[in-house]
Amino acid sequence: MAMDWMVFCKDTLSGDVVAGCFGKGRDITYLDWLFSAWGWTVSVSLTALVVALVVGSIIGVIRTLPNSPWLTRFGNGWVELFRNIPLLVQIFLWYFVLPALVPPMKNFPPFILVVLALGLFTSARIAEQVRAGILALPKGQRYAGMAVGFTTVQYYRYVLLPMAYRIIIPPLTSESMNIFKNSAVAFAVSIPELTQYALQVGEETARPIEVYLAVTVLYAISALVINRIFAWIEKRARVPGFVSSGTGAGGH
Amino acid sequence: MLNLDFSILNWGLIQGFILKGLWFSILLTAVATAGGIFFGTLLALMRLSGQKWLDAPAALYVNVMRSVPLVMVILWFFLLVPLLIGRPIGAEYSAVVTFIALAAAYFSEIMRAGIQSIPRGQVFAGQAVGMTYGQNMRLVILPQAFRNMLPVLLTQTIILFQDTSLVYAIGAYDLLKGFETAGKNFGRPIETYLMATVTYFVISYSLSSVVKSINRKFAIIR
Repeated sequence: MAMDWMVFCKDTLSGDVVAGCFGKGRDITYLDWLFSAWGWTVSVSLTALVVALVVGSIIGVIRTLPNSPWLTRFGNGWVELFRNIPLLVQIFLWYFVLPALVPPMKNFPPFILVVLALGLFTSARIAEQVRAGILALPKGQRYAGMAVGFTTVQYYRYVLLPMAYRIIIPPLTSESMNIFKNSAVAFAVSIPELTQYALQVGEETARPIEVYLAVTVLYAISALVINRIFAWIEKRARVPGFVSSGTGAGGH
Repeated sequence: MLNLDFSILNWGLIQGFILKGLWFSILLTAVATAGGIFFGTLLALMRLSGQKWLDAPAALYVNVMRSVPLVMVILWFFLLVPLLIGRPIGAEYSAVVTFIALAAAYFSEIMRAGIQSIPRGQVFAGQAVGMTYGQNMRLVILPQAFRNMLPVLLTQTIILFQDTSLVYAIGAYDLLKGFETAGKNFGRPIETYLMATVTYFVISYSLSSVVKSINRKFAIIR
């Protein structure tokens, strides 16, 4: 099969090949559009990652709190709820169902709805990891915190969480790469991200192989960059003498 | 507050729209699991063979499949399989091929971990009684690896079942599509999306409860 990479240099309206491949003024080429789609994928994923980290940490922590059975139950319920419904169905829930049931949500832009769907879906997984990280610490750490007179908030903030987060950096890395892959599902509600681009432009230009290849490579680059960032954080945050990762959470 | 009307939920709707989709989702999950375990085990054996020419292509295949978004894999297969075999195939058939290929990549990592979890002594014991590589794998290693990894394999199957909803991208008629079509026909999309949510939740949640109890009963006590 002969590949025709000039397809990306074409103007999206006239279909003429533009010199330099980037459109001038108001005109855009398929290459301009590709980068805009990548921008959508990155911004949906990163915003959802922030939501997932914040909510996931809170849920993960309350599942480990001592003497709070109802909070623990709430946390467990949260995880079961978001883990047992397919992401695509959750996207439809946020996009179609909730705005119909809760009228103020009708004014939410689609971007926010998709970010909430993806973020809360991932929060359940991150909550599992945060919980596992806290439980992986020896019980003595908690008691040591109590013994020096810390309040619950203080010993989580200064004793448990700093170590727990270091332990779970490897699974957090793969979850962060997953969020980029999962953001592809946003195509179903017409967010102009990479997968939507692949579907639409693949059809428009009748050059689906080139278009899919470009999109797939951009997904791979995004995942690689995230991976490198986390590797850097892991290196910077390493506590001398404390083996936190390396072979990781696999084991037996 | 919108008025929800669940009166459309009756046997006619289930028979007319849902059962066909539910059947396809279950079939897709089952075929992908069976095919995935078979091809995944072969991939795992390739990766553990210690032969570069077997290990490298298997590793490449698994890593590529795992780093591309699922939806893109589904779209790629829908595009490429007809080109390779030279005639168009339906969305459902394409979905089956895609999910076997996907499941093979995911299950191979699980089987690899399972095989590696077997103590080396077991391999040596098999060799000591004169078993060939094939006999050793089939009679000694794989049964134990499979049993050790059963909970993980089942959990992956539940994830697979949820992922089958992504065949939406190529328009295959699965459980989600069934509810969506019913919603469009009756003009009640909100209600049918809610029904789809409940259906997926009930199936996934009960399966994961089963996995938890298997986890307690089947674990090999060492």
